[in-house]
Amino acid sequence: MMRIAAGIVVAALMAAGCADAEEKRARRIALPVFKIEKGGTCVAPIEEMRRDHMTMLLHQRDRTVRQGLREPRNSLGNCIECHASRETGSVLGKEGFCASCHAYASVSIDCFECHTPLRRQRTAARP
Amino acid sequence: MNPHRRQLLGWGAAAAGAALAPGLRLIELAQARSPQEAASKLQRWGLLIDITKCTDCDVCVTACHEENGVSGHGRPATDAQWIRKVSLRDKRTGYAQTLPLMCQHCEDPPCVDVCPTGASFRRDDGIVLVDKHTCIGCRYCVMACPYGARSVVHEAVSGQKAGVPRGKGTVESCTLCVHRVDRGQTPACVEACNRDGGKAMAFGDLNDPAAEIHRRLKSEPSSQVRADLALNTGVRYQGL
Ligand code: SF4
Ligand code: SF4
Repeated sequence: MMRIAAGIVVAALMAAGCADAEEKRARRIALPVFKIEKGGTCVAPIEEMRRDHMTMLLHQRDRTVRQGLREPRNSLGNCIECHASRETGSVLGKEGFCASCHAYASVSIDCFECHTPLRRQRTAARP
Repeated sequence: MNPHRRQLLGWGAAAAGAALAPGLRLIELAQARSPQEAASKLQRWGLLIDITKCTDCDVCVTACHEENGVSGHGRPATDAQWIRKVSLRDKRTGYAQTLPLMCQHCEDPPCVDVCPTGASFRRDDGIVLVDKHTCIGCRYCVMACPYGARSVVHEAVSGQKAGVPRGKGTVESCTLCVHRVDRGQTPACVEACNRDGGKAMAFGDLNDPAAEIHRRLKSEPSSQVRADLALNTGVRYQGL
């Protein structure tokens, strides 16, 4: 009985230690700073979005431009509607949803050479 | 989609429009296509411009450039132009005419023939577009277009309109307001001309026997600019 209790205590301590170390490591590694304006579920699980959002956009852009299929689900406009900052109305800028992660990963982002980075309502409301 | 089904859908959309938004024009709503439905070969969008009604104004040009966020830098030689007013004058009689000229949305477009990347293309419903994702800015199409309809964007652009991407190093021209057409609206120039101008422009499906543009093309004389090139343009003129 004693031995089991001791075992549990040791295991608990180890777990706590582990979590502690992980947290410390996480604090040492720089992470991108961005705000996810609208929480909840995206159009696909987070892991998939992180890995494949560019493929989704690439596929959708061809359907939209070439065939005139304006399905909102994977459209760039849909990304912007949810993820644009509440203050600036944009996905660019220092803490912008797209810009901050791309700056962190050092991957240039070409979408906004042509497309507006601003949310629709915001654009409409501007003078 | 067979014409019968389209008719039914049209009535459905019209009924829904009447119930939801009494201010909107039913004829426009009847043309709306669902976002899940691809542009169809059954349709061919076009314009009919009666230049006897075209006055000295330029509301079509202003409306187009406003709608599409086409802004210049005060350098007329290189600024993008999606639509422009052209003046004609008979040297012997002095008879003067003015007309709006934009991409003629050719059925056999030379701009598409020469494009090395496939960026210049004709959508199934007849609208000729540039896929700016693949355009390399070589400007072959600018040279090939007999109507001088295309412009290259020379300088970085900001403040684009949602739904109308524009960017440096790509070529652009009239899109027939494809973003509006896909919502079931008419192009901005046509709307402005019928509101503030000479009511000279009509937009519609050249293939649809129920469309005004189809009826008028069938029963009234009309012409194409440079008909000798046999490009079968989607933009037709009257009184030329
Ligand atoms: S008018 Fe010019 S740009 Fe338009 S489809 Fe014809 S060739 Fe192409
Ligand atoms: S400028 Fe762009 S659209 Fe025109 S021919 Fe070259 S690649 Fe094609």
